[in-house]
Amino acid sequence: MAAAPKLDHPSLPLVKERFADVKFMATEFRGQTTLVVPAEKLHDVARFLRDDPRCQYNFLSDVTAVDYLDYPAPQPGRFAVIWNLVSHANDRRLRLKVFMNPTIDTTGIDADPALIVDSVTDLWPGAEWMEREVYDMYGIRFRNHPDLRRILTWKDFPAHPLRKDYPLRGRGEREHYQKLARDSA
Amino acid sequence: MGLESALPVDSVLSTQLNRVVNWARRSSVWPMPFATACCGIELMATACSRFDLARFGAEVMRFSPRQSDLLIVAGRVSVKTLPVLQRIYMQMVEPKWVISMGACASTGGVFDTYAVVQGVDQFIPVDIYVPGCPPRPEMLIEGIMAIQRIIDADNIPRDPEGKRLPLNIAVAPNYEPRPMPVPVTVGAS
Repeated sequence: MAAAPKLDHPSLPLVKERFADVKFMATEFRGQTTLVVPAEKLHDVARFLRDDPRCQYNFLSDVTAVDYLDYPAPQPGRFAVIWNLVSHANDRRLRLKVFMNPTIDTTGIDADPALIVDSVTDLWPGAEWMEREVYDMYGIRFRNHPDLRRILTWKDFPAHPLRKDYPLRGRGEREHYQKLARDSA
Repeated sequence: MGLESALPVDSVLSTQLNRVVNWARRSSVWPMPFATACCGIELMATACSRFDLARFGAEVMRFSPRQSDLLIVAGRVSVKTLPVLQRIYMQMVEPKWVISMGACASTGGVFDTYAVVQGVDQFIPVDIYVPGCPPRPEMLIEGIMAIQRIIDADNIPRDPEGKRLPLNIAVAPNYEPRPMPVPVTVGAS
């Protein structure tokens, strides 16, 4: 039996006090506290955590995502987007997490109306490329992102390769390319 | 120049000229380094003083494909980089040669994923395959010397219509790995 999470992170009561009507979840693992936020409240919570003088999370360390397909433990949703916040003033870290469930087939690249969350590029400009990577790899879109294009794979790549239902060797992307002969130049 | 009048009727001048041209070509095989990974470090070592590619006239690394004769693909090529490689290949002028250096360039190596080309010979013609992970500089030199021998003997393989065929030569390892200096035991206290 795992030890009960120690939810003594000093920022959690502040968030709870400020957003009294929102239902949060919080977990802790080896001293790392994660706050699970409803997708529609993410931007407000992030702005509060950055601007409140008791929180001062002035640095966004990372934006990443997880695909929980076939995960052994049950999770609130298939995809999770994670924001790693750092407060240099308080020497403190906090993770925000938003779960979401796809509504259409995840093997394609069509825009899923459920896989969208507010961008935080207006709060931390460094989020721009990290959100582009999450979009590229998982197909999760970011509302109000200034330039939401693929960043690692190329423009016409027909999948989101870090989704768990994408095969490791791809669906033939690496084989179907123009072949050059010696006299084609 | 009056030289022709001194020659016999069945002149040997043209064949001799061929030999001079081939000698010049094989003595100045200027490489275009397409170094994308750790094989590029061995490529640099090959050009440095210990192995000294200048002995073979191939030390002039040209970062413009229009000035180079030999494309050395050193390292794994991702599918996103492949158009760049193909464009560099197309910009080189004949006679041009391609060395696929190392396991990744030749076969994809351990990177069997959606984003890595499983052998550049699927997409461009390759003349010499140099195996190894990465190959030792001696083996790369062996590959360049193989090209030099082909140029020298003037036997570039062509199909019946006169188009050039890839050489498809794989270099055999030319060194024996030495035994380990100390016995390796795992898990012993």
